[in-house]
Amino acid sequence: MDKKIFTCIACPNGCRLTVYEEDGDIVVKGASCDKGIDHGINEYTNPMRMLTTTVAITGASHRRLSVAGNAEIPKSKMEECLAQLYDLQLTAPVEKGQVIIRDICGTGVDVIASRSMKKR
Amino acid sequence: MKKMQIDVAVIGGGPAGLAAALKARKEGVEKVLIIERDVELGGILQQCIHDGFGIHRFGRRMTGTEYAQTFIDELEQTDIGVLLDTMVLEVTKEKVIYACNNKDGMMEITCGAIILAMGCRERSASQIQLMGYRPAGVLTAGTVQRYINLEGYLPGKTAVILGSGDIGLIMARRMKLEGMEVKGVYEIMPTLGGLTRNKVQCLEDYDIPLHLSSTITKVHGKKRIEGVTVAVLDKERKVIPGSEEYIACDLLVLAVGLIPENELSIGCGIEIDPKTQGPVVDEHFMTSVPGIFACGNVAVVFDLVDYVSQSAEIAAEGAAAFIQSAEQSSPEYVSIVPSGNVNFVVPQRITAGKETEVSIFLRVKKPDRRGTLDISENGNVTQSRRFATLAPPEMITCRIKVSGEAEVVLDMKEAANG
Repeated sequence: MDKKIFTCIACPNGCRLTVYEEDGDIVVKGASCDKGIDHGINEYTNPMRMLTTTVAITGASHRRLSVAGNAEIPKSKMEECLAQLYDLQLTAPVEKGQVIIRDICGTGVDVIASRSMKKR
Repeated sequence: MKKMQIDVAVIGGGPAGLAAALKARKEGVEKVLIIERDVELGGILQQCIHDGFGIHRFGRRMTGTEYAQTFIDELEQTDIGVLLDTMVLEVTKEKVIYACNNKDGMMEITCGAIILAMGCRERSASQIQLMGYRPAGVLTAGTVQRYINLEGYLPGKTAVILGSGDIGLIMARRMKLEGMEVKGVYEIMPTLGGLTRNKVQCLEDYDIPLHLSSTITKVHGKKRIEGVTVAVLDKERKVIPGSEEYIACDLLVLAVGLIPENELSIGCGIEIDPKTQGPVVDEHFMTSVPGIFACGNVAVVFDLVDYVSQSAEIAAEGAAAFIQSAEQSSPEYVSIVPSGNVNFVVPQRITAGKETEVSIFLRVKKPDRRGTLDISENGNVTQSRRFATLAPPEMITCRIKVSGEAEVVLDMKEAANG
């Protein structure tokens, strides 16, 4: 893979990381701590992101329900997961922690309701 | 007019109000009441569907909605009173609240203590002298957030964002994920307004361009916004001639700062700090009016909700102690004075003649790689704290010990050996 540049977010320092492969090893330059090196390797090999969005709901005081994954998903799967969630239509009531979709798009991650929404 | 007697009344049911009410009840206050103008509790957190909340308090990244629900669930297990859809019209020095709603009409609520937790609101188009027409499609970032995350409407197809505060950055990503086109973020200052991690996760991740030292010089479109003229600024913040560029858009999102919402406080004659734009408070977050406390973003705009909850609990402890004490007059104070790179500090003063350990919250004036905070009384440094990576958007908090005998000076110096 090519050389990639990231801003580290392990702490507010915001180190500029340069990550590339050399002789089969992943090299992280510019990090000032081990957390930064880990961050650089993860971003280079398999960036993960938190999935947070909303789902349509009827019968509640609002029209969208806040949902989130119970763990991070691969960044490359984000659009596919969002598309599946946007097809849903829920009905109130919903309880916080309720599973909305189990194992979304084969990621092993469950999407759960972030809040409760009572029936109006 | 309906009359009520309450021990501790909390104005505002957002994160500050929820934490304050729960803490007051735990401190043994019997009659606690939250007065909230929205139809549900949770405040602005109900539209904050992104994660990153609760890292300090709960040790994990929660969504704003989950953070709020945690407190709401706890509140529902208590006998704390809640008035929703209720507007407070006036707060008096005698600790009487005048409020009204559709069901109860006008209410006169006499309180042992009051906790102000009204939060803050966004600076609007008319407060930043935006030039050109005033068409539909010019919205604050929080309004766009509410439309998209709660009401389920997309307020445009192609957006330009003015201001690089956290809400603007968060909304850049949100709009992109909702399938909108985000042309760029324009920031008048040469530095980012929000937190670096938000720039990385919201802009860099989605290839949304950030233009520093840039602004919008004209809004185009008579009925609906059609576009904006952007321009690059020099060091004196003057437009560099020839740098103007027209960008077509049907939505302009304003993320240009937050202002504590203190109309009630000012109406009550509470002293306001021009720096924080919130009430001057002591170590219990008590304002200049004895028995009236202020916490969360109405006292000072925090960047983390965890600190909002923390300030609310300090205020609630203070309110509980106030109503249980016979002494109800204003104490004598010594000031906490910012110096060097310290822009402001909350609390602004502490009770005189009492040795105490106090939580302080401060912001620096300018970025620095590291700095040493010297805490001194009578010209003698009593404690020092070292900090790395200082930036105005990143609030600094720590605990300090003070004697209560003399004015406390907080001086942030550049660390030796740079």
